[in-house]
Amino acid sequence: MSTETVPHTAMTLVDHLPAIQVLLPFVMAPLVVVVGSRRLAWPLTFLASAAAFVVSILLLMQVIDGSIISYHMGGWAPPLGIEYRVDAANAFVLLLVTAMSTLVLLFARRSVEDEVSAKHHALFYTAFLLCLSGLLGVAITGDAFNIFVFLEISSLATYVLIAQGSERDKRALTASYDYLMMGTIGATFFVIGIGFLYMATGTLNLADIAGRIEDLGDNRTVRAGFAFIVVGIGLKVAMFPLHSWLPNAYTYAPSMVTAFLAATATKVAVYVLLRFVFSVFDPDFLFGTNTLAFIILPLAVVAMFSASFVAIFQSDLKRMLAYSSIAQIGYILLGIAFLSETGVTAAIVHLFNHGITKAALFMAVGAYVFSAKGTFYDTLQGMGRQMPLTSAAVVVGGLSLIGVPGTAGFISKWVLVEAALEKGWWPVALLIVLSSLLAVIYVWRVLEVLYMQPASESSTVREAPMSMVIPIWIGALACIYFGLDTDVTLTAARTAAQGLLAGSTGLH
Amino acid sequence: MRHHLILRVITKLLIGSIMIFALYVQFHGDYSPGGGFQAGVIMAVGFIIYGVVFSLDEAQKVLPPWLVHKLSALGVLLYAGTGLVSMFLGYEFLNYSAMTPDHPEHGQHYGILLVELGVGITVTGVMVTIYYAFTSRTPIMDDEAW
Repeated sequence: MSTETVPHTAMTLVDHLPAIQVLLPFVMAPLVVVVGSRRLAWPLTFLASAAAFVVSILLLMQVIDGSIISYHMGGWAPPLGIEYRVDAANAFVLLLVTAMSTLVLLFARRSVEDEVSAKHHALFYTAFLLCLSGLLGVAITGDAFNIFVFLEISSLATYVLIAQGSERDKRALTASYDYLMMGTIGATFFVIGIGFLYMATGTLNLADIAGRIEDLGDNRTVRAGFAFIVVGIGLKVAMFPLHSWLPNAYTYAPSMVTAFLAATATKVAVYVLLRFVFSVFDPDFLFGTNTLAFIILPLAVVAMFSASFVAIFQSDLKRMLAYSSIAQIGYILLGIAFLSETGVTAAIVHLFNHGITKAALFMAVGAYVFSAKGTFYDTLQGMGRQMPLTSAAVVVGGLSLIGVPGTAGFISKWVLVEAALEKGWWPVALLIVLSSLLAVIYVWRVLEVLYMQPASESSTVREAPMSMVIPIWIGALACIYFGLDTDVTLTAARTAAQGLLAGSTGLH
Repeated sequence: MRHHLILRVITKLLIGSIMIFALYVQFHGDYSPGGGFQAGVIMAVGFIIYGVVFSLDEAQKVLPPWLVHKLSALGVLLYAGTGLVSMFLGYEFLNYSAMTPDHPEHGQHYGILLVELGVGITVTGVMVTIYYAFTSRTPIMDDEAW
């Protein structure tokens, strides 16, 4: 046999960063099972998540100027091989996901000890790591079918994580089952959509699909693909009429799972929606534009009002926040539906700001579960005095949810209103402000319960341990920091929006 | 105890050939139809039929549940580990050419064998886990828990 020497320059660690990003949690997951130790499960998980966080910072620094990194899996060049492709838009999402997972994990150690039985700890953290690597994979990959695979990895892990809430409340099992059904339908629709695109273009690489759709122009197969993908991802995003799985899933899942999912899972799905609507399909694709203007925009407005309205009448803090999430996703979709650079910037900024706000709030809910053993308003009466640190963080998070100046929530709503005015859509701008007033009501109800009502005489509730309070406050302070210093978030979001709106050219 | 004599004798005879066939499908996956997934399922069938005919306890003596869990994870580690090795050798993740840089086709061969072995181990583990989970029927919660 002949021996041939193939010239090859060795790749450095920096070249491998896109692969390492996903591999860190992915390899750690089976490792936690093999080690099988309850004690080591948390440290190993935290280590993987923190390292992934560092990697995502390094990646964002490389692409913030608008450049693109492309990594060829297995050395097979795209469009045939699977490509990992990092640009400003998904580097920003990667940063959000890893930052939130690291923060939530800090909080999780005590919370999981309290809410999940000890014999499940190792497998619980394994499922968490798989969920994390799935979400990272969805964000980083440049291959349509790969998105589906990673979406399923994260979703299946999510169902397991939600079901772990059954230690506290058996309804977690039905909530998880509902989500399993809805999530599977969503994933099926998504893969059918990809099938249509594959039929029309003969390729699975996102950039390649985009290029070929441009040449093909508008046809019925492409339209059907678009429709299936929007509905499929809409289910994962919890777009208004497809949101029914969300309230129960968030309410009955263990606290740290809710905090993590609220901050990341729907956000990653929004990213996929952005990627398909703007990069794969041309922004000038008339069918897509009409879908945004006549279907997504009205539904987003309905979500903002109806979900906020339902949130007002809840008597459970966790459930109230779940409904508020649906309303906030309405704002993000509204930003996308504006189909302008400012609108998409608003969507991406809100994706980030709402992520940190909800993470802080849901972690605070976890602290109430830990100390007060409940999240119903009548359990939480007077907690402002008994758990002052946690409750103060809830105030900050609540203000950010409303969009009070000086908090992160204000920035995203400001950009959103700006986008509406830019288009001259005064009524929409007015609706954004009006729906914020509904947020004032539901946040006020919580503050009233926490601070205005006396605790019961016999109550001996103490402040949650510092290992929980500190992550909550990191989240709360981030809400304030990103409300004052908008340089990082707005710059990254604007670069991302420009990249996305450049359409298929943004992918080449 | 003496029931189903024929079933038990035939099963004992079959298990060996089932497992050998599984290994054949495993390692000939790159030349003929087959590969890690199919081989894993066939291998699992060997254990499942033993459990069906000789009772779950007997099967779990051979392959205890904890070992099955570790096996499922080990297969994934073998797969990812193959990729990591090529990464440390300065090639892309899962670029098997890294194993024999002088002759990339050989490297591709070794790589796919290792990766498929990982798939096979994991699929065996998962299939047996599913069988155990359905058969062991320990009530997940007692009546009071509701």
